[in-house]
This record gives sequence, C-alpha cells and structure tokens, in this order.
Amino acid sequence: MAVAEREHAAVEVVDLATTSLRELNQRLHDLVRTPGPSHWRIVNPSGGHAVACGLDAEIEVDIDGHVGYYCAGMNKLATVRVHGNASTGIAENLMSGRVEVDGNVSQSAGATGRGGLLVVHGNASSRCGISMKGIDIVVGGSVGHMSAFMAQTGCLVVCGDAGEALGDSIYEARLYVRGSVASLGADCVEKEMGDEHVAQVRELLDAAGIEAEAGEFRRYGSARQLYNFKIDNVGAY
Amino acid sequence: MCGIVGLFAKSPQIEQRLGGHLEAMLVQMSSRGPDSAGVAVYRDPAPTGSSKLTLYSADPAERWGAVRDGLCDAFAVCAEPAVRASHAVFVVDADASDAEGWVRANRPDLRVMSAGRVIEIYKETGLPEEFARAFALSDFQGTHALGHTRMATESRVTTEGSHPFSTGYDLCLVHNGSLSNHNRLRESLRREGIEFQTENDTEVAAGYLAWRLREGASLEQALEGCLEDLDGFYTFAVGTADGFAVLRDPIACKPAVLAETDDWVAMSSEWRAIAVLPGAADARAWEPEPGVVYAWEKAFV
Repeated sequence: MAVAEREHAAVEVVDLATTSLRELNQRLHDLVRTPGPSHWRIVNPSGGHAVACGLDAEIEVDIDGHVGYYCAGMNKLATVRVHGNASTGIAENLMSGRVEVDGNVSQSAGATGRGGLLVVHGNASSRCGISMKGIDIVVGGSVGHMSAFMAQTGCLVVCGDAGEALGDSIYEARLYVRGSVASLGADCVEKEMGDEHVAQVRELLDAAGIEAEAGEFRRYGSARQLYNFKIDNVGAY
Repeated sequence: MCGIVGLFAKSPQIEQRLGGHLEAMLVQMSSRGPDSAGVAVYRDPAPTGSSKLTLYSADPAERWGAVRDGLCDAFAVCAEPAVRASHAVFVVDADASDAEGWVRANRPDLRVMSAGRVIEIYKETGLPEEFARAFALSDFQGTHALGHTRMATESRVTTEGSHPFSTGYDLCLVHNGSLSNHNRLRESLRREGIEFQTENDTEVAAGYLAWRLREGASLEQALEGCLEDLDGFYTFAVGTADGFAVLRDPIACKPAVLAETDDWVAMSSEWRAIAVLPGAADARAWEPEPGVVYAWEKAFV
C-alpha cells in the first residue's frame, strides 16, 4: 500500500449533515481515555457552532467548510484546521496545540487563549486576541478594532493592518504589526524592534507557514502607566 | 439576541423560489429568536397608480370581505384580498397614503403592517417554523426579502412588537440589538409628527429613518445619520422597493455576515442561515465593516 493510500485509509470522516454535532464532539472527547483515529476529517459543518470544541488529545482534525461560533475552543494538544471561514471566538481559550484557518475569522479570535498557536491566513475582525494570556496568534491579513484588548501575555503578529484602539489597556503581550495601525488604545505604545524581536517574529512566521519579512514589522506594547495607582490621580476617583 | 436574514435574487431561479429559500434561512435562525418571526417580501408590484396594503387583524374570524367592500366603496378596487393567516393583502386603486388613511379612519382596529407598491409584511408570535407554515412562506416568489427571528429584550412578545417594522412606503427595517436612547428619541420624533404604535426600540429606529427620508435624506444618508443619533447596539437590514441595505453600529458587537454568488446576495446574523442556499459553499463571504452602509439595488427598477 502506498503511503498516500495508507494515510487516506486512516482518516476518520464525519459528515455533519448526517451526524449530530454532539455525537461528533463526544467521539472526539472519548479519545482522552480510549485511543482511536489520529486523523479526522469533518465535512458539511455548515456554520455549526462549537465544532471540535474541548479536544484533549494529540490528533489532527481537518474541517472542510465554514464553521460557526467557538470552533476548537479550549483546545489542548490537537491540531485543528478549518478549510473555510470561522465565526466568533475561533480557538477561544486555546490551551495548547494549533488551530489554523484558511479563510477569514470573525470577532474575538483566540480570546483568552493560554497557549498554543492560532494561525489565520485571511483577515480577523474586531477584538482579535482579546484578553490573550499566553497564546500566540499569527494573522496573514489584517485585524479589526480593539484587537489585543487587555492582552496579558503571548504574541499577536499581524502581517496586514490593525484597526482602531490596538492593544487598549494592554499588559505584557507583544504586538507586531507590519502594516498601518489606525490608532493605539490606552496605554499602548510603539516600542523598539530589537534583534530578539525580529527573531521572535521570524520564528512565529515560520511556525505559521506564512512568508513575510520579519524586519518589516513594528512592535507595540504596554507603557505600563495603568499598572499602579498614582497619588497624583487621587482627585479623579 | 435575534436573528436577521436577507435574500436578494439575481437570477429568475432564485426569484421563483424566494419564499422557500427565505423559510430555510429563517428556520436556521430559530435558536437566535424563538419568540416571534416576520418577513418582508418584495413581489408582484401593484399597477401604476395603485398601491398595496398588508393588514393585520387580531381577530381570527376577521371578515376580510367586509374590509374589501369598504375599500371598494371608497376607491375603485374589487380584487379579492390575498389572505394568509392573520394577515390580508389588498391592492387598492389609490395611492398608498389615501388607502392607509381610509383604514386608519374606518378600521382603526386593523393594523397596517406595510404600505407601498411592492412590499408585503407578515409577522407573528411563535417559532419561525410555525410562522413559515402558517403563512405558507414557501409559496412566495419575489425579487428580495428580509426576515427576522426575535428574542425579546426591550418590550413584550406581541405580533405588533415583532419585526420587520415598516418605515415608510415600501420600506422596512429589521434589527438585531438594543437601543438605549429610544425613549428620548421617540418623544422628539413624535414632535416631528412621526407616529408610534408600540414601546419597541426598533420601531423608534424605523421612525427615525422615516423622518430622515421625509426630510429629503437618501437612504444612505438616513442610515449614516443612525451612527450619530442612535445610541446602542445594532445590526440593521433595511428593505427598499428595489433592494436592501445593511448597517452595523461602530462597536459591532452584533454579528452579521454577507455572501454573494452570481445568483444571489444574502445577509444573515450567522453563516448557518446562508449555508442552506444553493451554491453557498462557493459564495464570496465577508463580514460587513462596522459603521459602513452596504446596499444592493435592482438594476431595472
């Protein structure tokens, strides 16, 4: 048997036109205790919500089509690829593993993510990486307004442009943008791009499989002026 | 929550099956709005000089023939009304304001759901699926349509509080979101002579558009005015005689997705509702930008 055929044979195909979402997710969750197929292909997602959510096994899941809310949310270990667009909250609270979207994603992509890598080859809309806590996000296109709002740690790499109020109330996340930034949010400032930062961008781009010149990115982060109570501001409270 | 759908036919095949597609889209949005459902369908233009009214009666035993007789006496109309569940559509040989005026004066118990030459509005409490069945939605042919599934937050679950809201002749509005300055705005619009029939926030947005259009604004200008004058969250879809327009507030918390093929343009709160359309998998799909007016019009109207 040729390698390609063997790989094909190992893929577990689930058609969401005939299988319920609950059944699919239960089968994927069962892999935590009972070993099963390591490569899954999900067809006809038709914009359904919570597809391949809460995975906790080292498997690969390919989804053919557009998905709805919270796809691959809370993912651990697994690699989930969406061959289409994703709606609100793709890879929300990602713990580890990798989530990759061929198309565009809606708002709050990678929200509150604690680890792992989210790759978006198209654009992400508003609030991308909101409250990110260790996730790395690489966007091949642009991100919308209020991206990286209250971002705590991790990296957001944007190959295109960023919308208004980038990094509002940011903590220690690193934001790298190659294109223009419509405006910076409160306490977010441009910072020097050192060799270590260029190396970090290059590493993330390589991991994402996106070709871009790391040296063309600019870095943004916290001015750390919102961190501490200032006695001068006492009158404002 | 609430769900919005809109479908604009670019091919005769879609026009012929407009109602069936609309029903499929609406049912997909049931989980976003199980309280009530409604549609505005643009179809069968009344002859030049005539107008079309959609009337609603709360009385299940309404004698629509008597309404027809009254309209016949007042105007030269003798066509039978097209009755669907609690609604009936009359084609009247008079302009829309005269026909609507007659209903308000002679049958104040009836509600004028829509007036114009092409628009028909139907809405009712209950699940979208039940609504579609009761009003035989799948029968409809037409050029374009909007639909709404409601999860009530601002006011009671009633037929009157269901969407779409008519905003003027052949105009309607559906809304996902909530407005916070609707009480104050309703009072100032009342002073401008705009009438309101409910305490609903969306009706205020509809009234606002009607007022701006009356004062000479284009639809695009009226919608851009919303960005200044309305406070709250909204994704709006507005139907006109020859097309529809979409607007999201600048914060854009409320979802919207647009998609286009050679055969149709569709908008919805979620992709689920568009996925049921023929050729959806290969459609060009995108999320409308916050604060930007998107509009489609029929070339031939």
